[in-house]
Amino acid sequence: MHATTTLPRPRDNGADLRSARDARHDRLFRYALMGCALLVLAALLGAAASTAWGGRLAFETFGFKFLWSEAWDAVNGDFGALVPIYGTVVTALIAMLIAVPVSFGIALFLTEVAPNWMRTPIAAAVELLAGIPSIIFGMWGLFVFAPFLAEHVEPWVNDHLGTIPGVGVLFQGPPLGIGMLTAGIVLAIMVIPYISSVMREVFLTVPTRLKESAYALGSTTWEVVWDVVLPYTRSAVIGGIFLGLGRALGETMAVTFVLGNAHQLSASLLMPSNSIASVIANEFTEAYTDLHRSALIALGFLLFLVTFVVLALAKLMLVRLARREGA
Amino acid sequence: MLKTIASRVAVIAAAVLFGAAAHATDVTGAGSSFVYPVLSKWSAAYNDKTGNRINYQSIGSGGGIAQIKAGTVDFGASDAPLSAEDLAKFGLGQFPVVVGGIVPVVNVEGVEPGQLKLDGAVLADIFLGKIAKWNDPAIAGLNPGLALPAKAITVVHRSDGSGTSYNFTNYLSKVSPQWKSKVGFGTSVAWPTGLGGKGNEGVSAYVGQIKNAIGYVEYAYALQNKMTYAQLRNAAGHYVEPNAKAFAAAAATADWAGARDFNLIMTDAPGADAWPITATTWAIMYKQPKNAERSKAAFGFFKWAFENGQQQAASLDYVALPQALVERIESYWKAEFKQ
Repeated sequence: MHATTTLPRPRDNGADLRSARDARHDRLFRYALMGCALLVLAALLGAAASTAWGGRLAFETFGFKFLWSEAWDAVNGDFGALVPIYGTVVTALIAMLIAVPVSFGIALFLTEVAPNWMRTPIAAAVELLAGIPSIIFGMWGLFVFAPFLAEHVEPWVNDHLGTIPGVGVLFQGPPLGIGMLTAGIVLAIMVIPYISSVMREVFLTVPTRLKESAYALGSTTWEVVWDVVLPYTRSAVIGGIFLGLGRALGETMAVTFVLGNAHQLSASLLMPSNSIASVIANEFTEAYTDLHRSALIALGFLLFLVTFVVLALAKLMLVRLARREGA
Repeated sequence: MLKTIASRVAVIAAAVLFGAAAHATDVTGAGSSFVYPVLSKWSAAYNDKTGNRINYQSIGSGGGIAQIKAGTVDFGASDAPLSAEDLAKFGLGQFPVVVGGIVPVVNVEGVEPGQLKLDGAVLADIFLGKIAKWNDPAIAGLNPGLALPAKAITVVHRSDGSGTSYNFTNYLSKVSPQWKSKVGFGTSVAWPTGLGGKGNEGVSAYVGQIKNAIGYVEYAYALQNKMTYAQLRNAAGHYVEPNAKAFAAAAATADWAGARDFNLIMTDAPGADAWPITATTWAIMYKQPKNAERSKAAFGFFKWAFENGQQQAASLDYVALPQALVERIESYWKAEFKQ
């Protein structure tokens, strides 16, 4: 375009070269950024596609029955994913029920309530908790927490909650200390640091101006939090919760230690169950037959689907909620 | 002064480097985790003696079989024997390496190690969930004089696929027709009842913590964790305690002569003193190896371990193969393998 102009002055020429160079750099930078993002997408699709391909033998053999069959019999080659899916979803649900309110409390305490000298040490401790390997949580759960639950908590749960009509079914069964409830609580402890660090970071971004105005109008701390801080940070808070949920759904080692690894479908939260990730970790090394191996890889693919569906449902629910609030 | 030290270091380094390069052969193996402790102890001692290194990856029997079939290792190790067809198809041979025992362990108040007596049928019924209480007449009948509580039994099994489960369920299949038809045997089975612990350590932790539990672990775990093991009635009708002598008796009296390629699972062995749940691991090698030198070194290692490794095996609560079996293996090597 510039080639048509006659005799560009030297100064213009310099600016022109510079802007062309800038544009080139900008373009390259954009490609690089896009590459980074596409890498994630490619990794995700690649993993999903290869697990689907690896599990094709199981999908071909059992069809849709694979999704709702309770069987898991390596000797006779009969596999179904219902128990692991159920265990995965239930333990993650328990974990979120505990972790979201507690993380919310931690983040609020650190940003709104705690005296200044307490904030940094507690925040550092929370972040340190996120760095503990999951096997440590598993060992702790198995050797310390499960016996404690079995002796002091679950008998009480049996006697008091187990007798409530309707809900009581969830809290009956022998107090083994090992089962879905224990796994859910251990998972909650593991995801709390993730959710609460994200929440703390975003709560800090709320302009002091807004909060001070609300306080000046006579709001209580709770009102400031609920009506100013949360609406301002909602999408980032939800992102933090999803991060924790994803981790709870896919956690392997800690869950394997305290879940009991039994292929039984039971309503009671005190009973052992199985999760997708722990079945894979448990059985993959010694899966001799092609069908067994394929069923395990198919489970891996289902974990993708379960995570996707759960996250999609959660998102949908939140969109509804936001719309109602807006209306 | 400094110079002499430096030159000495250089001489030693050269000796180590070139000495090793001149003689050492690196043998690689992969498979069963059951033999990993004893193989690594043997290979350290063997390395000291000959300079040959045995590099063993404990990736599980399934992985070991896959690796040897793919020809990426010099020997595989599996807790389950390969079938004659599989061996023939890939040109492989197999032989037992070492013997170990699997013991039922319990956590019942007032019961000391070795006090509880069980037989195969009762053990199978407990793991089937048919016998649900400790004071069931079937258990009480075997244990006159032992006070057993009227408490529900919690069954603990392995959650991960394992050779321990393979041998344990194989034993139950041999002694209980109902177990055989309903569950069968394998590295992981559809357990009718109970909960699963990950690894020997998981099972021993569950049994240790859950009152009135019963599980099964490798002998070494039961010993190290001072667990309450049970006596078992063997095929000859005698009650035996689990110990090295009883495992050796099982290995010696098992019918190896009638087993082609050592394809024999030692459970329910006929000997008078034999422990009924005795297990071995098989090494699997090519009869016409691609790399003859490394294969030869592997045979050298196993020969050395069979003849000199009893001490190390015993220190880890394994039992070395009995002399007659070693001779049988060595003649199998001569007849079947190109060395």
